[in-house]
Amino acid sequence: MIRTLHRWPGLLALILVMALALSGAALSVFPAAERLSTPQAEAGLTVADLAGRILAAYPGVEQIRRAPSGRITAFWFDDGTPGAAVIDPATGKGIASADPDPVKRWLTNLHRSLFLGDAGRIAMAIGAVAMLILSASGAMLVARRMGGWRRWFAPLRGPASSRIHTGIARVAVTGLVLSSATALWMAASTFDLLPDGAAPPTFPTEVSGSTGVLLAAMEPLSVIAVTELRELSFPYPGDATDAFTLKTDRGTGYLDQGTGELLAWAELTMWERISETIYMLHTGQGAASLGLVLGVLALGVPAMGVSGLVLWFAGRRSRPRLRGNHPAKGAATILLVGSEGGSTWGFAATLQHALTTAGQHVHVAPMSGFEPARYPQAERFVILAATWGEGQAPATAKGFIERLAALESVPEAPLAVLGFGDRSFPAFCAFADEVASRAAAKGWAQLMPFDTVDRQSPQDFARWGRALGAALGIELTLEHVPTPPVTGRLTLISRRDYGAEVQAPTTILRFALPEATFLQRLTGRGFGRFQAGDLLGVLPEGADLPRFYSLASGRRDGFVEIVVRKHPGGLCSGQLLALEPGQAIRALVRHNPAFHAAAGRSPLILIGAGTGIGPLAGFIRGNSSKRPIHLAFGMRHPDSDFLYRDDLAGWQVDGRLARLTTANSRGAKPRYVQHSLRAESAELIRLVQEGARIMVCGGRDMASGVADALTDILAPTGLTPLALKAEGRYAEDIY
Amino acid sequence: MKSILAALALTSALVAPSLAMARPVTLTTTLNTYGGDGAYLVLYVTDAQGAYAGTLWMAGGKSKYYEHLSDWYRATGGDLAQVDGITGASVGAGRSLEITLDLADALFDAGYTLHVDAAVEDMRDSPNDIAVPLTTAGAGKPAPGRRYVASLRYDM
Repeated sequence: MIRTLHRWPGLLALILVMALALSGAALSVFPAAERLSTPQAEAGLTVADLAGRILAAYPGVEQIRRAPSGRITAFWFDDGTPGAAVIDPATGKGIASADPDPVKRWLTNLHRSLFLGDAGRIAMAIGAVAMLILSASGAMLVARRMGGWRRWFAPLRGPASSRIHTGIARVAVTGLVLSSATALWMAASTFDLLPDGAAPPTFPTEVSGSTGVLLAAMEPLSVIAVTELRELSFPYPGDATDAFTLKTDRGTGYLDQGTGELLAWAELTMWERISETIYMLHTGQGAASLGLVLGVLALGVPAMGVSGLVLWFAGRRSRPRLRGNHPAKGAATILLVGSEGGSTWGFAATLQHALTTAGQHVHVAPMSGFEPARYPQAERFVILAATWGEGQAPATAKGFIERLAALESVPEAPLAVLGFGDRSFPAFCAFADEVASRAAAKGWAQLMPFDTVDRQSPQDFARWGRALGAALGIELTLEHVPTPPVTGRLTLISRRDYGAEVQAPTTILRFALPEATFLQRLTGRGFGRFQAGDLLGVLPEGADLPRFYSLASGRRDGFVEIVVRKHPGGLCSGQLLALEPGQAIRALVRHNPAFHAAAGRSPLILIGAGTGIGPLAGFIRGNSSKRPIHLAFGMRHPDSDFLYRDDLAGWQVDGRLARLTTANSRGAKPRYVQHSLRAESAELIRLVQEGARIMVCGGRDMASGVADALTDILAPTGLTPLALKAEGRYAEDIY
Repeated sequence: MKSILAALALTSALVAPSLAMARPVTLTTTLNTYGGDGAYLVLYVTDAQGAYAGTLWMAGGKSKYYEHLSDWYRATGGDLAQVDGITGASVGAGRSLEITLDLADALFDAGYTLHVDAAVEDMRDSPNDIAVPLTTAGAGKPAPGRRYVASLRYDM
């Protein structure tokens, strides 16, 4: 819902909002320039002094105005010829032309009405409404993405376009809200929708009838400072019934031209004051610095527009078009999808295709559109659901839980729920799990037990598909290729072999970096952007499904590196271990932001065993800022599989690695990495209390052993790995 | 005379649909190229004593800016009923405003004066930019204005 509220105003009003932002940014310069170029009145100068100086220079003066910038303009008639000039208050003489700047006038008319009069003003007001909606919905999306309002400025992850978009948005949003809200107030004021019109006093019916009082003898003028002045109009020459009109920051009044007496006075109304303040906030006239800040923030709008468009295209491309989606009314299988980024739609499309091929009538719909009455022929329901954040509903499943809870009776057709998620996140498939358990609690019959797919694993999906086929009594083969893989060819540069002596042949493979296109760099797709901790999907010969390896390098390192151990009978690892320099493989990059060494100065505690050292070594190599990194590495035997041994020694020397502890599981005194952690309890507690982040990479047994050890070690501090996980300070990459 | 004035004030426009003694008059106001946005103009009439008699036309749609037509505003107190139904768009620099009205014969050669107040955003206000006496003899003769109005002419 929020995403829709963000996307459509953004796409529809893109040009309008960009025109508003760019012209507004350009206009923001003028108040500051005017302020800087204007000679200011000396302290204590009164209106009478100033008017006297101007009158001496221009005897035909009719009106004196002072702008919020301090600029003073005088208008006069000289022998019937009108004249005007910007005045130096020190001399009363003109120093510059008072004609309006044509560039500023052009920009102003573009900014407020697109040169289209009232129709253009309404269009621009709609643009301001769109900007407000975009700001509000965008702010909610940022808060949701960052995991709460208090984490507003937490480090950003993800592809470049997404980081640009969010990074600018969270800084600029305040200014954009201020600019667009004040714009709407000003539009309402222009269209007379607000009671903020001027209310000058009624002109007095009686004046003294005499003329010629000296300015200096006029009480109000000789008291009021120039800084309070807005406008002073002189009476018509020779008209004894006329009077001086004085406007100040406080109100408007009339002064007798014979006696200098104040004849009438009206204070500014509350509405006028509010509107003037809003005008100042919007235009920066009278608040030049604020104006410049708002102008700079407005410049973020075009950047957000372009990056938002890129994000939208990327999102559209990743959501496949469904062919032959059966209408809801006649479908026997109702397939409901809860997807955030679009990848779950890909699985739904594969399932729909396979079921349709098997002769089933399948209707695919987003979970948020769930309405049992729409499916009179339904024989079964299948829900494919991802999870957003800490177990919240993904975009296309918003409101599903509420709809389910509100049902008087659940459908009779049984239900199967399949969750999609990433085991390295604490809330793995939490939303799908909640859907399954709430449905069960409501008494919804179960077609199949709740199951999960980890990291878009095609194997998990195929296994579940076989079970579904068995439940339906049909042969069901699900061959899913997760998101059309942008593969590149990687050529091996070098390999370093280890572990043959301990029956664990392992190698560090280094590939040349393939060229990335500009679009790939912009969208962060392909090899455009990756870092240590991301995943390399290798497509082995004779298979379409990629096998994933943690990357031990980032794009900045200039090469692609992974650590591979030969698995008995493993297709992919077998091919990789046999690879010689010069030979190439097909591969793709999958981002894995949960296992990035986030920027910062806080210490890192890296724990890994075997090939798990890959991404950890990548973090250390990339630690040019020399934050304290402590590595605990478990191996079989230091003489055989001490991966990165020389590199680690070098990084210790140049300060990238603060401390290294190792554990050997073979030999006279076998120890696992968790044992070495226990031996360092005091040091670990100290680091965690300094705010250290713990990152664990390796096999499942090793990871649970490490979690147990850390639970014990941290017990005295009251912290647990679970609590650290919730703070984003405990990350695991387990295989 | 008094009854006519009362009627004038009532119709607010000095336009006399119910009076047989009226004739169509075309008022042409031409503006200078003063280098600014469109001007707000108000055409109104004062009597022989200089008292406000009624408004003929308001060029400019946003009443919040009427205070800048300061003589007219002072005379009417900004009363919007005075321009009800006789309001049009503002007039661009260098352009002409031409309006045709049925004006009471009693307005001519009786000391009435036609005034134009003008105002432009971010530029000086120009109350009484031009004032011409309404006479049958003066018809067809353009008169120059002071600031924004290049000339004003009435034809009948």
